[in-house]
Amino acid sequence: MSAEEKSMSIIVTKGSLDWAYPPFILATTAAAMGLPVTMFFTFYGLPLLFKKLDLQVTAAGNPAMKMPMAGMHMGLPNLVTAIPGVDAACSVMMKNLIKKKGVASIDELREMAVEAEVRMIACQMTLDLFEYSKDDMIDGIEIGGAATYIECATQADINLFI
Amino acid sequence: MADATLDAKGLNCPLPILKARKALKEVPDGGTLEIVATDPGAVADFQAFCRQTGNELLEHSEDDGVYQFLIKKTA
Repeated sequence: MSAEEKSMSIIVTKGSLDWAYPPFILATTAAAMGLPVTMFFTFYGLPLLFKKLDLQVTAAGNPAMKMPMAGMHMGLPNLVTAIPGVDAACSVMMKNLIKKKGVASIDELREMAVEAEVRMIACQMTLDLFEYSKDDMIDGIEIGGAATYIECATQADINLFI
Repeated sequence: MADATLDAKGLNCPLPILKARKALKEVPDGGTLEIVATDPGAVADFQAFCRQTGNELLEHSEDDGVYQFLIKKTA
């Protein structure tokens, strides 16, 4: 592989269904193109390492989130997104779209990332802060802190914060 | 005839690339992999994939929304 001397790291800070996509798409694609990849999961990105994923979207505070519906694109006013059940309905709609359009699920992409030997590091401080346990997370991950990430970042050619 | 064929029709980014990478592993050095896809983004992506990995994109074509790629495993 001509690209083997290049490598990439990604800090993953967001854990909603929509925001889970960019890091996993880029990590799996970079790995497929021959780059060693490290993902560092911190704060709300950490739950993306849970064995069982239950990812949701919210339209609240996201005026750009407009779903194709009945031949047009519809967004939701923030007030409406506060009604119980609306986020759940949005999430179901998004998951249906994902399936219909042949987009991979996050489970699928994560599995491919594991298969491609993407290095995944869970942030120790976030584990402590939110009282998560490594036992709830998928096998093969590492635990580390800021210094672990910085060491990796100094050696990587591409460092992304998502 | 290509040494292997991958049907990536109906799959969206980045699945055609990820599945092609996997399929290429099974192709002998110097062998070819044919891919059919419907993702229009795959045209630019397979070119970039081949430039980056050092594999050779022998040909690509489009017929009625179906894209065909022929990659020679040279890396």
